[in-house]
Amino acid sequence: MTDAGSKADDAGVDSDRRKFLTIATGATAAVGAAFAASPFVASWQLSERAKALGAPVSVDLGKLEMGQMITVVWRKQPIYIFKRSAAVVAALVRNDDRLKDPKSADSDQPAYATNEQRSRRDDIAVLIGTCTHLGCLPKQHFEPGDVELGADWPGGFRCPCHGSRFDMAGRVFNGSPASVNLRVPPYSFPNETTLLIGDDGSAVQGAA
Amino acid sequence: MASNDAQFRPGFWGWLNKRLPVESFIREQLLEYYAPKNFNVWYFFGSLALLALVLQLFTGIFLTMFYKVGDTTAFDSVEFIRREVSYGWLIQYLHSVGASAFFVVVYLHMYRALMYGSYKTPRELLWLFGMFIYLALMAEAFMGYVLPWGNMSYWAATVIINLFSTIPVIGPGLVEWIRGDYGVADATLNRFFSLHVVAIPLVLLLLVALHLVALRQVGSNNPDGIEIKDRRGSDGKPLDGIPFHPYYTVKDIVGVGVFLALFAIVVFFVPTFGGLFMEEANFEPANPLSTPEPIAPSWYFTPYYAILRAVPNQRLGALLLLLAVLAFFFLPWLDRSPVKSVRYRGWLFRLFLAEFTLSFLGLMYLGLKPPTGMYVVAARVFSIGYFAFFLLMPWYTRRDQVKPVPERVSFHA
Repeated sequence: MTDAGSKADDAGVDSDRRKFLTIATGATAAVGAAFAASPFVASWQLSERAKALGAPVSVDLGKLEMGQMITVVWRKQPIYIFKRSAAVVAALVRNDDRLKDPKSADSDQPAYATNEQRSRRDDIAVLIGTCTHLGCLPKQHFEPGDVELGADWPGGFRCPCHGSRFDMAGRVFNGSPASVNLRVPPYSFPNETTLLIGDDGSAVQGAA
Repeated sequence: MASNDAQFRPGFWGWLNKRLPVESFIREQLLEYYAPKNFNVWYFFGSLALLALVLQLFTGIFLTMFYKVGDTTAFDSVEFIRREVSYGWLIQYLHSVGASAFFVVVYLHMYRALMYGSYKTPRELLWLFGMFIYLALMAEAFMGYVLPWGNMSYWAATVIINLFSTIPVIGPGLVEWIRGDYGVADATLNRFFSLHVVAIPLVLLLLVALHLVALRQVGSNNPDGIEIKDRRGSDGKPLDGIPFHPYYTVKDIVGVGVFLALFAIVVFFVPTFGGLFMEEANFEPANPLSTPEPIAPSWYFTPYYAILRAVPNQRLGALLLLLAVLAFFFLPWLDRSPVKSVRYRGWLFRLFLAEFTLSFLGLMYLGLKPPTGMYVVAARVFSIGYFAFFLLMPWYTRRDQVKPVPERVSFHA
């Protein structure tokens, strides 16, 4: 096409109108594309099966000894359940000045675990066993003065991946790459020796 | 450009060229494409990167024929490939060693650009396409690493995906969306498989095509950092240029030969490279209840991993990891030097380049070590060194005492 030809074609064209129509068409197409993309984005959400498999898990605590820890899986996450003596719970307050978040103000736990021992019952600790740094499994070092962790180690957990350290209530020590305490899942005790993870029993007990 | 005379030739060649510009393409891209005559050994790595890509695509297609995606089948199918498929062990090792070889070649290719200022004007876009290739390659390598569903696969996926949880507000939801479950699971493995074998290879091919088109547009840089297009003979051809074919095609074939010889030695004699190319922990199946100790990513990610671990704050650590990768993108605009090549730069640039090289290699080593004691201190020092190279670049490249750049490339036949 020659220049003269295209100029002749342009004569009498309202270029503002043409520009408006171009932008309006483009904008409509963009909105359509966004709507068309949404099912594909949504397909990555949890499937109904994944949600169903995330139902609450019941654990029998009858055989849990003092100082013993068991690990159960709830929602693909290891849940650490361990029994602490009254002495261990009483000693927790001594860690406070070495902790990043001693009062669990910035950490993630149900209201009934927002306390010094971070648990519903003093003796039973229930923690999500994935490091709040990048999700590795902290290892138990319950013995105070552990050889790996030094004489002033009060007992707790240490993550093998990046070295985050937590106390016997899952609270993070200063100098750890993790910024917040180990998370606490919702849980309840339907009776003295049964723990129900994933259900805080608020419907039954009316607890916070 | 040259007319398409070939279409008027008699017979099949004329028929073909009337319908597809074969001859003019060969002439423009190979016979009359002039590359600087002073390329040195560093200029092998571009074509070798292309070879590594082809090798990965080819071996990957064959692995996909035997691999069974799924959290209960993936690990067993990889063992099946290694033990029971005829030459499956070879195909699998070619692919896993090929991934490491790809990164070796790409890192050397990038380092060449740092030395000779290949990212500087007019090659900014060429550099950016290259950096996007690097990003896509990292995603491809990471997702490929997850597919064997060994224990290191599982925990690498857990740690890397959890990096996104440090994003304020949307982080936790985003992590769940990426995984498709409450933890890394079958859903995660399946989507990574799809991305690894279909989506990212397509993106990589597109980016490589753009990288090559941009290269042809601006022409190759060279060890002297001189634009050969500025010095043309009476015939209009660059005085310091030689036709890509046969000169560099033949030279590159020699490079390919050396590369394949070294590659074969690794594949046949040290395929796991002492745990660097394939970690021992990945020879046991994924176990959500046992973190391998020590946990370390593949060697090509360890510099960034070391930076992540050097920072005592998790959000800041993840942010610095991101910035460490993205810093390369800004090089064309951070570098204010009037010369390109390190040959004509002053001691200041050389000092910073040496310091960066040391920091990068130091971080690479430290990323493989446990994050304790002196290792953390050293990682912090090297992290500062790493970022100083980029952050101070506008200052030291402007202050640097550069040497006069000759008009013609230096070449010793």
